[in-house]
Amino acid sequence: MAAKEKSELNGVLGWVDERFPLMETWKAHMSEYYAPKNFNVWYYFGVLAMLVLVIQIVSGIFLTMHYKPDTELAFTSVEYIMRDVPGGWFIRYMHATGASAFFIVVYFHMFRGLMYGSYKGKRELIWLIGMVIYLALMAEAFMGYLLPWGQMSFWGAQVIINLFNTIPFVGEGLSLWIRGDFVISDPTLNRLFAFHVAAVPLILVALVFVHIVALHAVGSNNPDGVEIKKLKNEKGIPLDGIPFHPYYTVHDIPAIVVFLMVFFSIIFFAPEMGGYFLEYANFEPANPLKTPEHIAPVWYFTPFYTVLRAVTLSPFMGTLAMFGAIIMLFLLPWLDRNPIKSWRYRNTAHMLNLAIFAAVFIILGYLGVKAVTPEFKEMGVRMTEIYFMFFAVIFVHSNSTKPGRYLVWFVILAAAVFLIDFIRYNPEDSISAGQIMWQWVWPIGYLALTLLLPYFMKGCNAEKEVPERVTS
Amino acid sequence: MSDSDSNTVDKKRRRMLIGATAAVGAVGTAGFAAPLLISWMPSARAKAAGAPVEVNISKIEPGQLVRVIWRGKPVWFIRRSEETLANLPSNNSLLADPDSSVEAQQPSYAKNLNRSIKPEVLVLIGICTHLGCSPTYRPELAPADMGPDWKGGFYCPCHGSRFDMAGRVFKNVPAPTNLVVPPYYFKTDDIVLVGQDGGAA
Amino acid sequence: MSNSIRKWIFVLLVPALVVLILGSVGGGAGHGVALQSANIDIHDKQSLQNGAKYYVNYCMGCHSLKFSRYNRMAEDMGLNEENGLTPDDVATLLKKNMIFTYDEEGKQDQIGSLMKSAYSPKAAAEAFGTSVPDLSLVGRSRGTDWIYSYLKSFYLDSSRPMGVNNTVFKDVGMPHVLWELQGWQEMEHAEEGAEHHGEPKLTLSKPGSMSPGEYDQVVRDLTNFLTYVGEPAQLSRKMYGVFTLLFLLLLFGVSWMLEKEYWKDIH
Repeated sequence: MAAKEKSELNGVLGWVDERFPLMETWKAHMSEYYAPKNFNVWYYFGVLAMLVLVIQIVSGIFLTMHYKPDTELAFTSVEYIMRDVPGGWFIRYMHATGASAFFIVVYFHMFRGLMYGSYKGKRELIWLIGMVIYLALMAEAFMGYLLPWGQMSFWGAQVIINLFNTIPFVGEGLSLWIRGDFVISDPTLNRLFAFHVAAVPLILVALVFVHIVALHAVGSNNPDGVEIKKLKNEKGIPLDGIPFHPYYTVHDIPAIVVFLMVFFSIIFFAPEMGGYFLEYANFEPANPLKTPEHIAPVWYFTPFYTVLRAVTLSPFMGTLAMFGAIIMLFLLPWLDRNPIKSWRYRNTAHMLNLAIFAAVFIILGYLGVKAVTPEFKEMGVRMTEIYFMFFAVIFVHSNSTKPGRYLVWFVILAAAVFLIDFIRYNPEDSISAGQIMWQWVWPIGYLALTLLLPYFMKGCNAEKEVPERVTS
Repeated sequence: MSDSDSNTVDKKRRRMLIGATAAVGAVGTAGFAAPLLISWMPSARAKAAGAPVEVNISKIEPGQLVRVIWRGKPVWFIRRSEETLANLPSNNSLLADPDSSVEAQQPSYAKNLNRSIKPEVLVLIGICTHLGCSPTYRPELAPADMGPDWKGGFYCPCHGSRFDMAGRVFKNVPAPTNLVVPPYYFKTDDIVLVGQDGGAA
Repeated sequence: MSNSIRKWIFVLLVPALVVLILGSVGGGAGHGVALQSANIDIHDKQSLQNGAKYYVNYCMGCHSLKFSRYNRMAEDMGLNEENGLTPDDVATLLKKNMIFTYDEEGKQDQIGSLMKSAYSPKAAAEAFGTSVPDLSLVGRSRGTDWIYSYLKSFYLDSSRPMGVNNTVFKDVGMPHVLWELQGWQEMEHAEEGAEHHGEPKLTLSKPGSMSPGEYDQVVRDLTNFLTYVGEPAQLSRKMYGVFTLLFLLLLFGVSWMLEKEYWKDIH
């Protein structure tokens, strides 16, 4: 990264370029970074995530100027922002909507990675960094949610911090240490505030930076999963690559505008988003003596919240399952060992597996915002089973040449499902027993579609040949 | 389209479109920045705290100074004696701006020798026009430390600026201008409203 | 070309649909009792003023609106220069009709003051055996229809300390403050265990000074007022939204043309 003797730039930029790798960086990451020319709609979500990060940082800085991290003043200061500070409501809605928008965009971004195998071909580290970003984002969102000091802020934090309680031996001490008090109170609010406005944003920005450095070192994947660097012209430029700037910069602008249209529609026309983005109960100040009638985390946490509720073996197992559900995602690059990256060329069973996984994630999320009924409770268990079996099935699908394994794994996984049912089954609890007796169709149906189907129907196991060049 | 098209890139059209997008984008960015910057303006709370203040001056003795807070600043009320008022013109040659010609330092109705609506009632913002300290009230005549010509006034302890009993600044002191007279009016003979000009604002 | 247009329509429509569906379907908890639709118009300034009048006279003795300021409220409800009122007029109007609270020195509160209740929260708590909530945000936490239904659902119940109960807020600690206007309602005892027999039925046993229609209008105005107080920004929010979207449409147009111009190169 040596600066040049004589820069091709003039004036101030030239002066800087002779002392700083300005052009070099610009070329390496923009004007001479060759991205596949066949990006589709799914490839917008990376830049949108960056945009939301910027929106969150800017709006957050301005909120910090008016907010008071003190249990006596926090709620009042938020309403002060909403009413007394000129333009304050806009800044606050932007930040609140931004939090949800961040997760929407990131979930699409992650599913893109699943569809096109973007964690393959020396891209495992990009995926891992991305997962750490996702974790940091969840921590950031959780801590930020405490700050308005409403009922949901308080009781949500109460539940999450008490998760640490379930850890054997050290749990009680750990949660006491995290709170700095016997209940969630001023010290808790202050330390989470410090993390929310300083520590975690710094980590997030740094992680996003290395995420992109790693991406640009290996090169972008694409919907065909073709490595464009394999075929280059005489100048060493990938045949299917186009300079990121100007082609993808101008390509991203209309998409950003469309995103902003949706984003500002929410801010101006439905800032509460029907109670999903701003929960109604959070308009009541925190009251440590009274839990709201219905408490649910914000929607982006609810898939994991349902997993937590589904595992009732012991509280600690529930906590483990919840964190396990996230940890499993880290392992994807080593579970999905199929050399074909894009699902376009994988067998039908794999496509079904991904589609069902997405659906199950949404259903888990839906169940998490709803009150627990026997039916929903059992469904939560079944969806959790499918969630975890997904990782086994994607592993089994790594090798399509030996369909006999599908059958073996079908038996193993189905047996596991029934074994868990056998342990859970209690004829005296007739309601849950009845639910167990019919809702087993979900996981078994899932296994049938993803494992039995390709075993019995050759067409559903057929992988297509990956083309040499990208298709447009 | 065929390859030959790429050789005949319409550079003018591209420049025009870049310009248009950049211009509209800049307007958008400005629109986005506006509410952020406006949020630095005084909030409704600050404005409420800075609302006009009513003061009853009937209990102020001649020579006495009463402090009131308006917009977080000290506002002085002084009832000047006949003698003090009579002494004011004698300072003129020593003052930087004896005729109160700097418009911003007082409302037009206080642009007179006494710098007040009623001659005896002086209303001043007690903040030195140099760097914002609050001067000390020195009403006594010719004390040792102020010199034989001192006819009463204000002395700023921070950098030694001097003002007379109408808040007018002396020559050769750090403060450049006279002390500020806030907007005020008499609601009744005894009630003064500070922070608002007479009648409707 | 047609392919890319189809793509953009898709990109535009899908999120719009999601916003529409999620925005209209409520999240949160369902309420126990079916609520009546308040059917308010937040831009009806006369209704807001009327609601404010009733609120100050009947509610604000106990229930503060401690995040609102008198002058902001007056401005938002059309008591402003647009309607021929000078700031002094507004101040006089407010001080005469609205501001019944005093500061620590015993002076009447200023027009820029927060809307406290006359009764101290502590005294209220002692009188009613429970804390009396501030209602600044009840329009958001409980919702518009809830307020409307609640104020119409008091009925006589001698087993309660205040002699009344409420079908929307069971065993509420508050008396029926608007009884002079509405009169007294009684629960029809034929439907004992109303939860199983659909909605509880209330009948007016002793009329008040207002007809049911007039009372509904008063409650609607009060609800309108409390909905406004919950989020004053809602009066102007949507207008900003329309301008923002129109602007973004313009930006989309030019940036889309820019994109098409450059992507001519790519085959």
